[in-house]
Amino acid sequence: MQTIFFKTSPRILATGTVAGPKECAGVVGKYVDKTLLDDMFGEATYEKAECKMLSYAVSRAMENAGVTENEVDALISGDLLNQIISASFTARDFDFPFLGVYGACSTLAEAYALAAALVDGGYYQTIVAATGSHFSSAERQYRYPLELGNTRPPQSQWTVTGAGGAVIGGAARTQSDLAITSATFGRVVDFGITDVNNMGAAMAPDIGIIGI
Amino acid sequence: MNTIFFENKPRIIGTGTIAGPKECAGVIGKYVDKTLTDDMFGESTYEKAECKMLSYAITKAIENAGMTEKEIDLLISGDLLNQIISASFAARDFDFPFLGVYGACSTMAESMAVAASFVNAGYYKNIVAATGSHFSSAERQYRYPLELGCTRPPQAQWTVTGAGGCVIAKTGSNIAITSATIGKVVDYGITDVNNLGAAMSPSCSSSLLEHLKDTGREPDYYDLIVTGDLGALGSRILKDLTWEKGCDIAKNHVDCGEIIYNVIEDEFQGGSGAGCSATVFNSYLMDKLKRRELNKILFIATGALLSTVSSGQGESIPCISHAVAIENV
Amino acid sequence: MTNEKTARRFFLKIVGRCEMTGKNRKNYNKNYIAYVNSFDPPTQHFKNCLRAFLVGGLICCIGQFLREILEKAAGLQGDELAGTVSVILIFLGTFLTGLGVYDRIGRNAGAGSIVPITGFANSVASPAIEFKTEGLVYGLAAKMFIVAGPIIVYGVLAGTIVGIIYLFL
Repeated sequence: MQTIFFKTSPRILATGTVAGPKECAGVVGKYVDKTLLDDMFGEATYEKAECKMLSYAVSRAMENAGVTENEVDALISGDLLNQIISASFTARDFDFPFLGVYGACSTLAEAYALAAALVDGGYYQTIVAATGSHFSSAERQYRYPLELGNTRPPQSQWTVTGAGGAVIGGAARTQSDLAITSATFGRVVDFGITDVNNMGAAMAPDIGIIGI
Repeated sequence: MNTIFFENKPRIIGTGTIAGPKECAGVIGKYVDKTLTDDMFGESTYEKAECKMLSYAITKAIENAGMTEKEIDLLISGDLLNQIISASFAARDFDFPFLGVYGACSTMAESMAVAASFVNAGYYKNIVAATGSHFSSAERQYRYPLELGCTRPPQAQWTVTGAGGCVIAKTGSNIAITSATIGKVVDYGITDVNNLGAAMSPSCSSSLLEHLKDTGREPDYYDLIVTGDLGALGSRILKDLTWEKGCDIAKNHVDCGEIIYNVIEDEFQGGSGAGCSATVFNSYLMDKLKRRELNKILFIATGALLSTVSSGQGESIPCISHAVAIENV
Repeated sequence: MTNEKTARRFFLKIVGRCEMTGKNRKNYNKNYIAYVNSFDPPTQHFKNCLRAFLVGGLICCIGQFLREILEKAAGLQGDELAGTVSVILIFLGTFLTGLGVYDRIGRNAGAGSIVPITGFANSVASPAIEFKTEGLVYGLAAKMFIVAGPIIVYGVLAGTIVGIIYLFL
């Protein structure tokens, strides 16, 4: 069986989110904890901005959940950058253990599922699971320089500038009734799409699910 | 407490390893399942060779465990390449779910720890934890083109060409994973990308001391404390750092990177890479455990969480180490 | 080993003060960095310079030899002569790179082999060989100048600046 069930129903205590101006102009705008005015978040490079956003999401999730750094047992995180540097440098800012994961854009579900499993298994009480991305750092790494004057193909997508995380903890320690009940880790599915500008078609056959 | 304990003692029931000619000329030569005659493994690119090696290690581990692919519930893997393509493309070859992890060279310990925690809690019955690396693909990605005529600094390490994997299950052998300590990211400010041993030692020391504190054990409880790829200098520094905290590991510490290569001509500090700890542990050390020549090992794989971009932007090198205790029961 | 003793002495002086200060990015663990630096083996300046001199000098002698031959045997003059010598040396550098020999020379020669024009050829040929697996456009051609790029950019820039200064002198 591919799905695992969490008998003790680990809860999502609280979340923390931050997003760029373009994203906040849309539907998430009134729900995020912080709206950025620009893409740099006061930092000198895009990668540092991405890292700061992820750090913010983690701290804010902890603050919203009312947990201190000492009470958090682990951070499970990953991101799109090579060697998941955003997540690693974010983990450096905190004093809890770090499990790096990589699932490209499926990282959040992977992190949540892993966090829920570790809490449900009784290993840890409180885990922060978070991830983020930044349009500019992703373009820089995967595609063309930002100022290059080229056209974008119609199936291409726009990498979101934002980060989000949640504090996941045991049912006993919280009033929250948002529970993670099961998770299905996906198989790697490849139907042969080679066009890097058509990610939608490449990803459609494979979905990772979490029951919440 | 960073250490998690596995009361149900998940077992390592089979391993699969493969390594390149240089690695097999050394101590692991007679323990690996397959020795390659060259670095390409019949493929046209280094990345494909690395992926094929990882695939082979996974298949062989399943075979050596006496299982079929259908009985495996999950693959936990990662590697050094950007977007862990080796692990992802290897996972594509199999029909079981895949959990991608990234811990740089500490991936073997991270995979084993997560796998053991899942099996111990009863979520899955049989999980494969595997990782690997390839000298050429790592050089290509992190350093200079192979044919470039530049000198190698003395603290440099040589990325191991090899892959190793193990099957972790509820029962089926006497080699058990009893506890694991997930590491914190530790950064003492080293910026020299050619001196990763010095960068990783503080994180290794942190995880090791944390593990000993949480388990209430002394270093001599373990027959061997094995680190992944600190290299000669890193091992030296580790001994100093732990000695400073009152812990003496001089007698039973060994580093996979130091022992993997027979002759140090270009390899200076020794071997490194995710494949280093994976091949040495899954071949050589597992053999010793099976024969009960060693009964208690603390396996600490160490990783440097940097990228070419972070170094280029002036950042120092944060590192992480995960410790896994393996004992004969 | 002498530097090990130095390192140990140094370490003993700072014992107890090697705590992690990773939180504050601007205040790294200076003690640890100094301790690690104390392990650096003493740079063998004389030996390195000698090797660089011998190999670099040899390459230049080969260049001069080619120049003499071409001048006497082929009767080339001026720019044509200089250009032909350069072309032959670039060919040799690229050829040896392709054979997998140039990196062995470079390992020992250091600056002696990377600085001359043969080294420049090596720095262009080696990434070209390496990245052709990613295709002729995005691999080979795009990545060809990852090592030589700074030389070209800053070399031309320096030349331009000097030229402008020369113009006004």
